[in-house]
Amino acid sequence: MAHHNPDAPSHLKHYFHDVNQQYETSKFAMWAFILTEVLTFAGLFVAYIVYRSWYPDMFVDAHKLLDVNKGLMNTIVLITSSLTMALAIWAIQKNNKKLSVFMLLATFIFALVFLGIKFLEYSHKFEVGQLPGEFYSYMGPDAVHLNNPHIFFSIYFIMTGLHGLHVAIGMGLIAWLVYSTQKGNLTSEYYTPMEMIGIFWHLVDLIWIYLFPLFYLIG
Amino acid sequence: MIKNTKQNYLNHPRGIMSWLLTVDHKRIGLMYLVSGILFFFMGGLLALVMRFELAAPGNDIISNEIYNNAYTLHGAIMIFLFIIPAIPGALGNILLPLMVGAKDVAFPRLNLASFYIYSFGALFALYTIVNGGVDTGWTFYTPYSTQSSSNVVPMTLGIFIIGFSSILTGLNFIATVHKMRIPGLTWYKLPLFVWALYGTSLVQITATPVLAITMVLLMLERFLGIGIFDPALGGDPVLYQHFFWFYSHPAVYIMILPAFGIISEIIPVHSRKKIWGYKFIAYSTLSIAFIGFLVWGHHMFTSGQSVFSQIVFSFITYFVGIPTGVKIFSWILTMYKGQVSFTPPMLYALAFLFLFTIGGLTGIFLGAVALDIHLHDTYFVVAHFHYVMQGGTIVAFLGGLHHWWPKSFGVMYNQTIANIAALGVFIGFNGTFFPQFLLGLRGMPRRYATYDEQFVELHSYSTFWSGILGISIFIAVMNLFWSFMKKNKVDPGSNPWGGMTLEWTHTSSPPHPHNFEEEPVLQHGPYDYDKVIVQKTYKK
Repeated sequence: MAHHNPDAPSHLKHYFHDVNQQYETSKFAMWAFILTEVLTFAGLFVAYIVYRSWYPDMFVDAHKLLDVNKGLMNTIVLITSSLTMALAIWAIQKNNKKLSVFMLLATFIFALVFLGIKFLEYSHKFEVGQLPGEFYSYMGPDAVHLNNPHIFFSIYFIMTGLHGLHVAIGMGLIAWLVYSTQKGNLTSEYYTPMEMIGIFWHLVDLIWIYLFPLFYLIG
Repeated sequence: MIKNTKQNYLNHPRGIMSWLLTVDHKRIGLMYLVSGILFFFMGGLLALVMRFELAAPGNDIISNEIYNNAYTLHGAIMIFLFIIPAIPGALGNILLPLMVGAKDVAFPRLNLASFYIYSFGALFALYTIVNGGVDTGWTFYTPYSTQSSSNVVPMTLGIFIIGFSSILTGLNFIATVHKMRIPGLTWYKLPLFVWALYGTSLVQITATPVLAITMVLLMLERFLGIGIFDPALGGDPVLYQHFFWFYSHPAVYIMILPAFGIISEIIPVHSRKKIWGYKFIAYSTLSIAFIGFLVWGHHMFTSGQSVFSQIVFSFITYFVGIPTGVKIFSWILTMYKGQVSFTPPMLYALAFLFLFTIGGLTGIFLGAVALDIHLHDTYFVVAHFHYVMQGGTIVAFLGGLHHWWPKSFGVMYNQTIANIAALGVFIGFNGTFFPQFLLGLRGMPRRYATYDEQFVELHSYSTFWSGILGISIFIAVMNLFWSFMKKNKVDPGSNPWGGMTLEWTHTSSPPHPHNFEEEPVLQHGPYDYDKVIVQKTYKK
């Protein structure tokens, strides 16, 4: 149904009064969604806390099997991608389409680098058998004394895996943003999707900021 | 004010695709209603099979294995496929935008997506049934659920998927309540059903993700043996129970809060009296939603918990009784000196008051640690749960359906038949479940296909009345659908109960495709029966 007001911009849905109401609604719902995301990870953080308190020594020793340098690199990559995401929004606010698209592409590439490094880490763990649960088979000299190390790797793979899934979904969303910004659908008048995906992307970054010390920097 | 228009959301636009791809909250609500009722009947039939098996001791009709499948599917279908998605999904969807004066929910396409995600999840549940069922009980306790050879994975996957639908509906409703109200409709002028949906949605978006992750961990435990819930691999099965009940206790409030909302609408309208204690009822909704997150441990008094946590959980559990009691007394005071009419919705509301009060008070019994250790896993729990969920939620749902039926579909059912069915539900329900309190007190354990001779009398009594209950519900629902098929139309401008909320005063029955001809202007509060006279109008 067409909007009653002929002057209404095309992105204004007919069931909203005005652009502001539409924007506020999206933003509100996005923050509510972020709350949902936080609670999803909260369950896993609880599992982490429970098993770290059950097996404190195992956690400290098992964490040494992780590659801190790769983890640190990924932290830097992801924080930088959060910056480029914010800059993309700043650029579109200034109606600088070219810069915005550039920054979105940069964010996309950083996300790709993140997943690439994660892939290297995972494939090494697959090779040596540092795997979750029953699939754990690593018997190196630094691990023989560990008490139930598979639990550490179960939690590591589930948490970083779920986080990685979020990165991948974020990449899809950012790719769509590149397309719509390039097409001119997003301007300083209307850039709500970019801001919402930006909020999501910062959350993905933030979760990693907790995961990194909890897995790579303990003991 | 209400124009006599022939165009409404049911007949405009036409065609099957206009339904399957609709973003109209009313049509989506109707689709939820139809699927919800189907699952309700499916779960109900399973219940009757169990009851008839239990009419006498021994395996008369079904084997132990099938019995295990029957109670698991009964619980899972009723909770995850009917009560949780269908009540906010059906009545909430149809009414929420109308009650806040909006043209639609905040995100209509997301709303349709919720429905399809729900349907997709339901397919997995149906697959479970045709593929031989699942026998773990609806709670999927580890370690059995990681070992059972039945369809644990399809069922939990279905529940995981339906969880997303629940979260998205919750998000949508919260955004709608916050941002889509018409100017002048402040928080304290909202109908209490809106407050109830708001509280429900808050629980949906905060508790459901924890269930989702629990189901994922359970599936991974089966696929990869991750060890988190498996003691043989260094894990803790009790952690599963903590995770599960961290969702499933608040989920009880996802199920009961909409019912509270329905009762808060029915009682003032059918008593023609201003609601007593509006703010008490509104805030008690939020406090129940909040306290509900802090009491999950009371499901686990016999699962290996420290005495200290038992005492703390027991203590906090009692607190749920305070806001709940506030509501019950407010409803009773609303009726006091009102013009109470014994219409079908009101009969259900009165039945609710009796049944829910019994359900709530027996919940206090179970919240007491010493008593719970005696009553845990007995029929006392079964009876308590059904007094709350069926006597509370489903009775309120039936009341809500009868209350808003003429509004939603522009047709009126046979009120005499509806009254008789309501009476049958009330008597049949008590006959079925009251004996179960006694069975539980005498030590009859739940989830058994057979029992000791001493329980024969109470069990056969319960079975007899369950038949009456089943027939009554069937008649009640058929009476509603019959009016729909017969097109027993009411005048589009009619307001048969004299309701004061926007859906009664500002739109036709059934409502206009875009809800209101023009944006409504609020003239009075939702229950201002002391200030404004609203005529009951009902013309054929």
